[in-house]
Amino acid sequence: MPHHLIDALVGAAAALVLPATAAGIAHNVTLASDIAATVEVRTVSLEFPVPGEFLKDAIPAASPVEKVNVGGFRIMKQQVGAAAYALCVSDSACEPADSAGHTGEDVPVTGVNYRDAVAFAEWYSRATGYPWRLPTAEEAAAAAGERFAGDAFSAAADDPANPAVAWLRRYREEAAAKRPADPAIKVRGYYGVNANGIEDFGGNVWEWTSTCYSRTTLAKDGAVESRTDNCGVRVLEGLHRAYMSGFVRDGKSGGCSVGTPPQHLGFRLVRDDSPLAHARLAAVRAWERATGS
Amino acid sequence: MFTRRQALMGAAAAAMLAAMPPMAAFANETEIAALPREQVALVAPPFVHAHSQVAQGGPKVVEFTMTIEEKPVVIDDEGTVLQGMTFDGSIPGPMMVVHEGDYVELTLVNPGSNSMPHNIDFHAATGALGGGALTLVNPGEQVKLRFKATRTGTFVYHCAPEGPMIPWHVVSGMSGTIMILPRDGLKNEKGEPLTYDKVFYVGENDFYIPRDEDGNFKAYENHGESYADTLEVMKGLVPTHVVFNGAKGALTGDNAMKARVGETVLIVHSQANRDTRPHLIGGHGDYVWEEGKFANPPAKDLETWFIRGGSAGAALYTFLQPGVYAYVNHNLIEAVELGATAHFLVEGDWNDDLMKQVEAPGPIPTH
Repeated sequence: MPHHLIDALVGAAAALVLPATAAGIAHNVTLASDIAATVEVRTVSLEFPVPGEFLKDAIPAASPVEKVNVGGFRIMKQQVGAAAYALCVSDSACEPADSAGHTGEDVPVTGVNYRDAVAFAEWYSRATGYPWRLPTAEEAAAAAGERFAGDAFSAAADDPANPAVAWLRRYREEAAAKRPADPAIKVRGYYGVNANGIEDFGGNVWEWTSTCYSRTTLAKDGAVESRTDNCGVRVLEGLHRAYMSGFVRDGKSGGCSVGTPPQHLGFRLVRDDSPLAHARLAAVRAWERATGS
Repeated sequence: MFTRRQALMGAAAAAMLAAMPPMAAFANETEIAALPREQVALVAPPFVHAHSQVAQGGPKVVEFTMTIEEKPVVIDDEGTVLQGMTFDGSIPGPMMVVHEGDYVELTLVNPGSNSMPHNIDFHAATGALGGGALTLVNPGEQVKLRFKATRTGTFVYHCAPEGPMIPWHVVSGMSGTIMILPRDGLKNEKGEPLTYDKVFYVGENDFYIPRDEDGNFKAYENHGESYADTLEVMKGLVPTHVVFNGAKGALTGDNAMKARVGETVLIVHSQANRDTRPHLIGGHGDYVWEEGKFANPPAKDLETWFIRGGSAGAALYTFLQPGVYAYVNHNLIEAVELGATAHFLVEGDWNDDLMKQVEAPGPIPTH
C-alpha cells in the first residue's frame, strides 16, 4: 500500500480521537497523547516452525518448518504496560489482571489471559483511534527476530514402537529449557532490545498471539491429511513456545502436566494500518458516538 | 584376661540369641557395649544411605549424627521463602535405616548459630515422649540418645519442643523418617521375601506462609519475626504449600526420580502433620504398608494409599512400562496448585500388550 494512503487514513482516524475526548471519556485524553510507541517490521521471509501438534504415520512428529512470508506491520515496541491496562479496567472494558497490585513502576501487565488481551485491544483501539490487534504467531516470530525460539524441542529419532522414548526426551528437553532465574516482574526495557529495536522478547513474560492450537495429521510424504483447529487454546511465544487455554492467566506445572510452563503471561499489540481495519474501527466509533455508549 | 562375669555374659548372650526373639530380651549396658558398632553417614532425601535389606549378623549399635540447621529456604518457583528449620540441612530430614533389634544411637547437634532449642521425638522409640524429653538442646549444645529398634516399619521423627513450638517446628521442616526392617527383610502376605532395587524417601510437608495486604507471600528477617503471623495461618488449617522434598518441583525436572522397566522401587512416604494419599499415575502399589508397619501383611494392587498425618508408609512397585510417571498426593488440588507432585522417569521397552494407542487422534469420521 502506498504510504501516503496509510498516512491519510491514520490522520483521519487520529482526528476521530477528538470527538471521543469531547464526549467525556477522561482516560482517552491520557492515551491520545501517549499512544504506545511502535516499530515497523518490514516484510520478511522466515523459516517458521509451524505451531501445533503433528502426527505422522500416527506417531507424534516434530513441527514442520515452513518458509513463510510475513508482510510488513507495526508492532508495539514494548509489552502492554500495567498502567495502560489499569485504565482499561477502570473504564470497565477489561477484567482486572491476576497479577498482585503493582507498585506504580513501569512494568508490563501480567496475569492476563487471551480474552483479556483481546478486550484490551478492542478498548485501546476505541481509545486511541488506531486499530490494534494481537499478532499472529508468524508476526510474533518476525518481530522477535533473532530472539524467536519457537518450539524448544528437537526432532530427535523417536521410536515408533515405544512412545515413552518421545515422552522422556521431551521431558528432559523441557527440564533443560530453564526459565529465567528471576521470576520478579521487571520494568519494561529490562531485557533490552532485539535487532528490530523491539524490547523484552524472551524475558520472563510470554506473549499471547491470535494463532489457534491445531492438530495436523501428515501423510508419509509430509502432505497434510487432516487438520483440527482448537481455538480454545492459543499459541504464546517467548523463551519457548507454549499453548494455553484462552481463559488461563497463570501457567502452572504439576499433576499430569509435566511441561515447563511460561513464567508470566502478557502481550503486545500490532497496530493494524490496513484500510479495512481503519474503516471498521471508524464505524465502531461512529456507532458509539451515535448511541452515546 | 577372661573374667567370670564376661564368661557368664557370653553364655547368657548365646542362650538368649538361641532361644528367644530379640524383642523379649533386655540387655544391660555391658552387653550393649559389647555389640558391634556401625557409623552411618546420612544422605539427603529422596535418597537413602546404603543398607542391606536382610541383616548381616546379630544386632548392633548404629550411630547417626544430625546437625540442626535453622535457615531460610525457597519453597516454590516464585521465590517464596520459608524461615525453615531442618534436621541435617534438608526438608525432610534424612531417612535412617536399621534392623529390628539394632540400637539407634543419635548425636543431635544444635550449633550456636541457631536461635532456638530443639529436640527429637522418634515415633519408633519407646518412652520419654519418643526421646523428646531427653534430647532438648539449646544452641551450642549437643546430646546423644540411644533407643532400641523394637518394632519394624517406617516411622516419623520430628522436633517436639513445647506447646505451640511443636507444630511450628514441624511445619517449618523438622521431620523425617526412620525405617526399621525385619532382620530377614520385607515379606509378602505369605511370608515370602520381597526385595527392592531402589528406595526413595518422599517426605511431604504442609507450609503456612503469611500474605501481605496485596496477597503476596511475606518474607521475614528471621524466625522470630515470622512466628506470630505464621501461627495465625496455621490455625486456619489451610496450607499455602503442600510439597514433596521441601519445595514445589523439588522432585521434578533434573531432580525427577529415575528407574528402569523391571526395577522394583520402594517408595517411603512420610507426613508428620497432615493426612495424605499418594498415587502413582499410570502405576500401582504392588505391595503397600499403608500404616508403614511391616508386622502387618502388605495390601496388594492399590491405586491410592492413605498416609495418616504423623506417620510414614511404604509402597513397593515394579515398573512395567517406560515413560514419565507423576507421583502425586491425589488430592489433585494439592498436587497441582499447592505443589505435591513428583516425577519418575522410567526407561525401557514399551509393552503393547499392556497398552497401545490403537488409533491416533484425528477428525471424527463422517459417513
